[in-house]
Amino acid sequence: MPINKIIPSIDGAISDIRDGATIMIGYFGGPGEPPCWLIKALARKGVKDLTLISNMPGWGRTLIPVFAEKMKHLIKYPSWWDDPGLLVENGQIKKAICSWASGMTPSNVNDFEKRFRANEVELEMVPQGTLAERIRAGKANIPAFYVSTGVGTKAEDGKEARVFNGKKYLLEYALTADFALIHAHKADRWGNLVYQGTSRSFNATMAGAARVTIAEVDEIVELGEIDPEEVVTPAIYVDRIVVRPRDEVEKW
Amino acid sequence: MVDKTRLDEQTMAFRVAKEFQDGMVVNLGVGIGTQCMNYVPEGREVLFHTENGALGLGPIVSSPEEADINLSNAGGQPVHRTPGMSFFSHDESFVMIRGKHVDMVVLGAMEVSEKGDLANWVLPGRGLGNIGGSMDLAVGAKKVVTVMTHTTRDGRPKILKQCSLPLTAPQCVSLIVTDIAVIEVSEKGLILKEIAPGWTPEEVQELTEPLLIMAPDLKEIEL
Repeated sequence: MPINKIIPSIDGAISDIRDGATIMIGYFGGPGEPPCWLIKALARKGVKDLTLISNMPGWGRTLIPVFAEKMKHLIKYPSWWDDPGLLVENGQIKKAICSWASGMTPSNVNDFEKRFRANEVELEMVPQGTLAERIRAGKANIPAFYVSTGVGTKAEDGKEARVFNGKKYLLEYALTADFALIHAHKADRWGNLVYQGTSRSFNATMAGAARVTIAEVDEIVELGEIDPEEVVTPAIYVDRIVVRPRDEVEKW
Repeated sequence: MVDKTRLDEQTMAFRVAKEFQDGMVVNLGVGIGTQCMNYVPEGREVLFHTENGALGLGPIVSSPEEADINLSNAGGQPVHRTPGMSFFSHDESFVMIRGKHVDMVVLGAMEVSEKGDLANWVLPGRGLGNIGGSMDLAVGAKKVVTVMTHTTRDGRPKILKQCSLPLTAPQCVSLIVTDIAVIEVSEKGLILKEIAPGWTPEEVQELTEPLLIMAPDLKEIEL
């Protein structure tokens, strides 16, 4: 039987995400990276007590317009841009593991920081490269590894240290999740993926690091249309594929 | 209190960019860092790395018509595509950083100590702060250059004997460019190499907590 990972409905693709799940969301901080439609679907579903692994818990709908105003001389953002902040604002996130926790400036804080101050959410702030490598290690089933990042700082607190070649390193543990929600440009029905520009970022890192990886893509192509030399994420890391609704994408 | 002309951000970026040597891979931090891209000295070719996954980054666009939502620098500013550039995942990007493949990083700073300790990610009492890629870059880049105003808004020195803020990384900074001076971090201490036009070494010292060693070839910053 032909392998077909394409799920016709976006809501259907996330129907088995339950309360208390750990989810990775591919994001750096701009509109190109996140799987906006999967995020909207998760917001509609309303599941709670999620642990979020993402570079940021997000600007959210509170700060995206502020950011858009600040950047309007350089770029017009799509009206459909949503980030994990939507889930924070919806009260669905219990804990975030991220590198960039707050908003832009102390006067422009995101909803996550407000909730953190009110003791409503937990935070584990991780240096960005360590976050990326912990996810990669999770994908590779390497339970832990050593890095020098964070030595001599607060990031060292409570961590095991070891000296290699006269230099101190910290033990960092792998991260895995129940679901990884990512965004890519093109997919075929097997799940081979290619990305566009810097929107690859954490999306390609997270693909395969969760029990189930769901890729939201701009376009689905026939097998063979993606040159094997150019596949970025091989099909093995992808479990489900959904396609963005073209009419909504083009609206902005 | 000295009230003299200080270098503006563009001029500081111009001065930092003189550190870019031919063939270097340079990562630019958010803020003044990203502006350095506009001042690569004539005749030198430099590859810019951005932690969100690109090498050979082009300049920031000048209007929304040129912008692509899938191509930005670490500060989220849209940039141009250039021939020869490459894209990669976040884990790969930090392999480049952690693996010492990046020659230089230009980072903003809140405080730098005389030993080259850097603090740039959180101000106590002003929120959670953001680590981002700063800790990895401070540890991983072969050379760390910081760029900042010499003093805080209320006139206190930012170059200190010891940082008071939470550290990004200890003993990592090798050059400090400010709006009044260029200072090298050495094993002997901080060496005052260059001063902004109109300033005296004594005036710079007055705004710097640790004792500065005067470079034998101390000169005015060339603008």
